Amino acid sequence: MTTPPLGHRPPVLDMSNVTKTFNGDVVALRDMNLGVNSGDFISLLGPSGCGKSTALRLIAGLSTPSSGRITWAGGQSENDLGVVFQEPTLMPWATVAQNVWLPFRLKGQSYASVKDEILDALRLVGLEKFLEAYPRELSGGMKMRVSIARAMVTKPRLILMDEPFAALDEITRFRLNDDLLRLKAKIGCTVIFVTHSVFESVFLSDRIVVMAARPGRVIREVNVDAPYPRDEAFRTSADYAALCRQASDALHEAMGEHA
Amino acid sequence: MSIAENQPLYDADDLKRYRAERFERFGKWLLPVAVLIAMIWLWDRIVVWNEIPHFILPRPGLVLETLIKDWPMLFNALLVTLQITMMALAVAVIGGVGLAVLFTQSRLVEMSFYPYAVILQVTPVVSIAPLIFIYVDSRTAGLLICAWLVAFFPVLANTTLGLNSADHNLRDLFRIYGASRWQTLRYLRLPAALPYFLGGLRIAGGLALIGAVVAEYVAGTGGIGSGLAFRILEAGYRLNIPRMFAALILIAVTGVVIFAGLSFLSHMLLRKWHESAVKRET
Repeated sequence: MTTPPLGHRPPVLDMSNVTKTFNGDVVALRDMNLGVNSGDFISLLGPSGCGKSTALRLIAGLSTPSSGRITWAGGQSENDLGVVFQEPTLMPWATVAQNVWLPFRLKGQSYASVKDEILDALRLVGLEKFLEAYPRELSGGMKMRVSIARAMVTKPRLILMDEPFAALDEITRFRLNDDLLRLKAKIGCTVIFVTHSVFESVFLSDRIVVMAARPGRVIREVNVDAPYPRDEAFRTSADYAALCRQASDALHEAMGEHA
Repeated sequence: MSIAENQPLYDADDLKRYRAERFERFGKWLLPVAVLIAMIWLWDRIVVWNEIPHFILPRPGLVLETLIKDWPMLFNALLVTLQITMMALAVAVIGGVGLAVLFTQSRLVEMSFYPYAVILQVTPVVSIAPLIFIYVDSRTAGLLICAWLVAFFPVLANTTLGLNSADHNLRDLFRIYGASRWQTLRYLRLPAALPYFLGGLRIAGGLALIGAVVAEYVAGTGGIGSGLAFRILEAGYRLNIPRMFAALILIAVTGVVIFAGLSFLSHMLLRKWHESAVKRET
């Protein structure tokens, strides 16, 4: 059994034997291999220090691998990435609409020329009525939605999410998980999602990459063989519980080795 | 105070908060005014009780009289001082912000010049001023340089801090989107620096006035184009103590007005998004 077929799934990105060391001796990430296909929802799950954020920074091009290669299928392009950080990371001096405009603005596109895209993105996250609001007027969950809208507004090939919901309360987190899956179904984006929550990773992803610390490395991949769309029923199903158990065992194995 | 049955229920805490708010609202204005009136009254009484002659300590009434009588001359002097102050502040803003941007764009420039900016700042302006007036022929230019020396550092230091305090994740985001240096400066660093810059500007406003006044003392030459500081010196030589007080009051009021004006400017620019301004509105 594999993930439900999404038709043709061309590769997006390939990491082969990627290692990152700091100061020559601290190994943040060792020999990571990961193939990302279009439409994938991949979670990187592991304890702190397992290199999951390092992996994300390497993919984002914010640091370079010490050895190994990260290859974009068809070469790198202008519109490879959207990113969501743990904090909403909005510009407090700019309105919601201006914040979502940012990726376009940095490519030299005027607000008028991309107004429809901005409106669409905000409508997808349910914030179309807050165009002119400033971030400080929004709740934590709403700010995160703006951040998500900003990451997808350019329809990038890959969206990176670095524990985006970790700072939110559980009720908000569940809602945002549901919304994220709905969004993914609608626009078919490809996501790499860093988390330390077993439940979140099982609910969201079709592949979970379980990682261990010291040195940071991949322990195992867990396929989540449950069809999308997933909803509240899935969250209470026996399948879900079994998958959580499986991922949890893998995580314990990862932690156990160097507890 | 009792609360009727059908009224919304206010408890003791609400009442306490309400009283505290009311006290804050009126006390903020009433108390300083009351202190002022008491001090002026006391000043007046001390002069009368001790029969102090007016060329040593004038009564407040006489100071006010002098202020009105000498208004044309004092006002002209005020305009001269104000002109120097404003020009110095303008140059301090341009120089301070310009240098701060240069510092953050090039580590090389920062490492080379920052120590000298500090040295200029910590050297007392009174000790450099006489030299400046030896080498600079134009009196206005000399005054301007002195006032600028005092005023520019807070703008430079605060703006540099502000430019460097842009959120790290946002900086990463700009890098990921391939933003140019100019775009990062224009859309990220400058807006992030604005609250810091405005804080520096408020300090610089007061310092520019102090610099202008100190430089006038040092320059010391009189004539038609002389400012408030010179009028104070001149009045001192002539034992015209009431005029000294009048000029002093003008300088103090000017300082307060500059500070209030810059605070207002800061509030207007930040009120939509920055915590410091938001709190005041709600």
